Amino acid sequence: MIAEDDEKWLAAANAAVKQNAFYMQRAIDSNNLKDALKFSAQMLSELRTSKLSPHKYYELYMRVFNELGTLEIFFKEETGRGCSIAELYELVQHAGNILPRLYLLCTIGSVYIKSKDVTTTDILKDLVEMCRAVQHPLRGLFLRSYLAQVTRDKLPSIGSELEGDGDAQMNALEFVLQNFTEMNKLWVRMQHQGSSREKEKREKERNELRDLVGKNLHVLSQLEGVDLGIYRDTVLPRILEQVVNCKDELAQCYLMDCIIQVFPDDFHLQTLDVLLGVCPQLQPSVDIKTVLSGLMERLSNYAASSVEALPNFLQVEAFSKFNYAIGKVVEAQVDLPAAGSVTLYLFLLKFTLHVYSDRLDYVDQVLGSCVTQLSATGKLCDDKAAKQIVAFLRAPLEKYNNVVTILKLTNYPRVMEYLDHETNKTMAIIIVQSVLKNNTHISTADEVDALFELAKGLIKDFDGTIDNEIDEEDFQEEQNFVARLVHNLYNDDPEEMSKIIFTVRKHILTGGPKRLPLTIPALVFSALKLIRRLRGGDENPFGDDASATPKRILQLLSETVEALSDVSAPDLALRLYLQCAQAANDCELETVTYEFFTKAYLLYEEEISDSKAQVTALRLIIGTLQRMRVLSVENRDILTHKATGYSARLLRKPDQCRAVYECAHLFWADECENLKDGERVVLCLIRAQRIADAVQNMTNASRGTSSTGSVALYVELLNKYLYFLEKGNTKVTGDTIKSLAELIRSETKKVESGAESFINSTLRYIEFQRQQDGGMSEKYEKIKMEWFE
Amino acid sequence: MNFLLGAFKPACNISITFTDGKNRKQVPIKKDNGQILMNPLFQSQETIAGKIHIDSYQGKKVEHNGVKVELLGQIEMYFDRGNFYDFTSLVRELDVPGEIYERKTYPFEFSSVEMPYETYNGVNVRLRYVLKVTVTRGYAGSIVEYQDFVVRNYVPPPPINNSIKMEVGIEDCLHIEFEYNKSKYHLKDVILGKIYFLLVRIKIKNMDLEIRRRESTGAGANTHVETETLAKFELMDGAPVRGESIPVRVFLTPYDLTPTHTNINNKFSVKYYLNLVLVDEEDRRYFKQQEITLYRLKEETS
Repeated sequence: MIAEDDEKWLAAANAAVKQNAFYMQRAIDSNNLKDALKFSAQMLSELRTSKLSPHKYYELYMRVFNELGTLEIFFKEETGRGCSIAELYELVQHAGNILPRLYLLCTIGSVYIKSKDVTTTDILKDLVEMCRAVQHPLRGLFLRSYLAQVTRDKLPSIGSELEGDGDAQMNALEFVLQNFTEMNKLWVRMQHQGSSREKEKREKERNELRDLVGKNLHVLSQLEGVDLGIYRDTVLPRILEQVVNCKDELAQCYLMDCIIQVFPDDFHLQTLDVLLGVCPQLQPSVDIKTVLSGLMERLSNYAASSVEALPNFLQVEAFSKFNYAIGKVVEAQVDLPAAGSVTLYLFLLKFTLHVYSDRLDYVDQVLGSCVTQLSATGKLCDDKAAKQIVAFLRAPLEKYNNVVTILKLTNYPRVMEYLDHETNKTMAIIIVQSVLKNNTHISTADEVDALFELAKGLIKDFDGTIDNEIDEEDFQEEQNFVARLVHNLYNDDPEEMSKIIFTVRKHILTGGPKRLPLTIPALVFSALKLIRRLRGGDENPFGDDASATPKRILQLLSETVEALSDVSAPDLALRLYLQCAQAANDCELETVTYEFFTKAYLLYEEEISDSKAQVTALRLIIGTLQRMRVLSVENRDILTHKATGYSARLLRKPDQCRAVYECAHLFWADECENLKDGERVVLCLIRAQRIADAVQNMTNASRGTSSTGSVALYVELLNKYLYFLEKGNTKVTGDTIKSLAELIRSETKKVESGAESFINSTLRYIEFQRQQDGGMSEKYEKIKMEWFE
Repeated sequence: MNFLLGAFKPACNISITFTDGKNRKQVPIKKDNGQILMNPLFQSQETIAGKIHIDSYQGKKVEHNGVKVELLGQIEMYFDRGNFYDFTSLVRELDVPGEIYERKTYPFEFSSVEMPYETYNGVNVRLRYVLKVTVTRGYAGSIVEYQDFVVRNYVPPPPINNSIKMEVGIEDCLHIEFEYNKSKYHLKDVILGKIYFLLVRIKIKNMDLEIRRRESTGAGANTHVETETLAKFELMDGAPVRGESIPVRVFLTPYDLTPTHTNINNKFSVKYYLNLVLVDEEDRRYFKQQEITLYRLKEETS
């Protein structure tokens, strides 16, 4: 209802303005000064209303403002027609009502200044002084805003045509400052108008008017001739005096922000202590953090944008000033929420990073201050604070792009202690991702230790947390980060590298059953890489008792992998054992190799029960074992025997068959003369063929269901035979091969085998080898056979 | 009407012209019937000279017992209407008894006439200067013609002209201090001043400065006092806070003012006051009145 009335009043006022403006225009057209003044005063009288809300009043003001433009031009013309401007200046002051009188006075005043008949200063002084007569906040604000508007392009400045001397400038400055002061007073006073019930609404309306006040500061900043000296000695103290003295939250908040945004960066830099010194004097309810953060952000950008500015920052000790000021603010505002103080520190940190990127001690100091602050509040629980602190911790990471630098910050981990688990993990991910993204090499064990300490949110579960909510995919992703991280830990010095590995192991083993399978492989392979390096290098310079011997590392790995078997990841453990065995073999450590095989076998026997897994595991065992060179004959026999035994005990016949023929390789090592037992090779193959026969029989028994399996097996066997034939196993005879081939031919005749292409490739291969020159064709001569087309 | 007028119209027509009538400044004077007429302006010690023409109608012979011209300074009180008090009376005999056949012109001169009082047109009193031409006739009644003129006297600026400064207030409610730059203003002067608010506990809506004229006529028990507000000039809009000072600047030109007249011939006085009025939001008025002296300053140009 009030809004409706508002509309109605505005409409009425607008209509009156329109009408009077029309008459005024007509008077102007007929050069009737008296009437023009009369109607313009009547039009301006509409602005005397108290009924409109600031918003509507503004609309009305704008309408009147436009009309006053015509009047100003008319005044100008009038002076051209011989009417003295001084007379006009007096004439408008005959108006009986103060508000129209002053609007007219400002209008003619601006013309007066331009006419250069009088000193600008006198007019400005007079105008700003006369405007005191309007003490009604809303009307006064708009009147003074009008004054600022019409004079802003006429203020004297250096090199201006009006009066270039310094005095005039100072006076122009004085004028703007005074207008600003008065406007601010009026603005602040507005809150006391009317009943206290509508306070909230009033404050909202007041906020809408703030730019009227702020515009003055803008004009000040645009005023030519305001250099650093003037700014420091006159402008800033005057503004701040007003800011402090008005004791109003809204005004202080807005004006501080205005000051920061409006004036140039280097001014701020040079007057930093003044500006910061004011902060504790502001009302306790003022949101200083916004103010300070605005300032720091501004200066950060400044530092970022111009390199030449940096020495200035050092010169004025910007950092210590900020740090001190923030300390003061935090101290003063007892009930500042954690998010608020963290935000403050965040901006200080950003500022520091921009400006003093080489001063890690400063960065650390900021972190330290933050820790002190957080220790008062305890763990952070609310989302906002958490978000802020993540940003806070992320800032140095993004700046340096190097975790190693971060690790030097002693207070960094201390800050992380105050995070809740979720945030801590988020932060850990960020840190790890930073390492990965920037491909940072972390090269000492101490750094690694510190890093894992930081990332412990990822490395292990927290006490008392129940992770049932965790998304499996996310979890894996996170752990993959850790695994990838392990590969970024590298040092050329084996000694140090082994220390790194020890450290990593220490941390990773705390990870619990869910993490280990994902993280241990990375560790193992990293260690294996080291072992390979050690072997490749010269004699170990540290002697046997140094930690970086392959033996010790392997020992360590053995223990590490054992941890895996405890957490029901036997497949993985088995593979890793085999890898280790391989490494041990390369290092010619027989017992260790044997040990690893033993462990692998034990695992196979005890833990791997799934038949498919068994097949895979067995293949791996066979493959690895085949390449072992360090084992003594007995040991090798034992292991080979075991493996063959396992092969024969597989569940599915085809698997058996394949495993057995794979076992044949165990008796034949190409590069090793004493490991060529052709007889046992053939024995294996024959055994395999027997199994294949059994498969064939079974298939025949249940024809129609599956038929292709056995033929494929035969062809595979044929290929094995061919392989060993080529390798020069004398026990492989042409007859055996021929009979096998015959078998295959007959089987394929019986039934669509589905293995034709395999057969054909094999045949083509045979044909090809036969036509080769040299030894190969000779070998193949033995198996000359007439194959049907 | 015409024939009526014709029937009673005087036997001759008298007109009065001033020697420098073409160049002399004319000022408006409000007549009884509200009409505004332009009259020539004189000041004290001036010589008032001119010519008087008497025309008889259609060559009729006008007999008379003499022709004279009088210069009268009169004060007229409205409650005593029709009764003039002449404070100045000068006579010049223009002609001895005789007859007028045709147009006759008489020059006249009152040299260096002492006219101490200014022409004044007030609410209850009027002071006027007039030239009265009388063609005396025995039987048919004399023929009389009047010509008004205006007298204004200029004075130099007063040697002592203190400012008016005063602190007034209502205890624990409103304390102000005001200052007007002078106590004596000429008629085209500007009142400059300041109003300081020392204590404000009431919600002031606005502040005006009024210029008031107090005209007192008669003497003793018969004194009549009439007060008029000639100007109401808004000085301030809205409520000031403690410590504010509001500028005062009032141009007197637009207002119809006269100099202060004190005890003119024991008949009347005219005084002027500045009345500072503060109005609060409940439309209560708080005011303080100060007398000022107005005088007519010799203008540079005339």
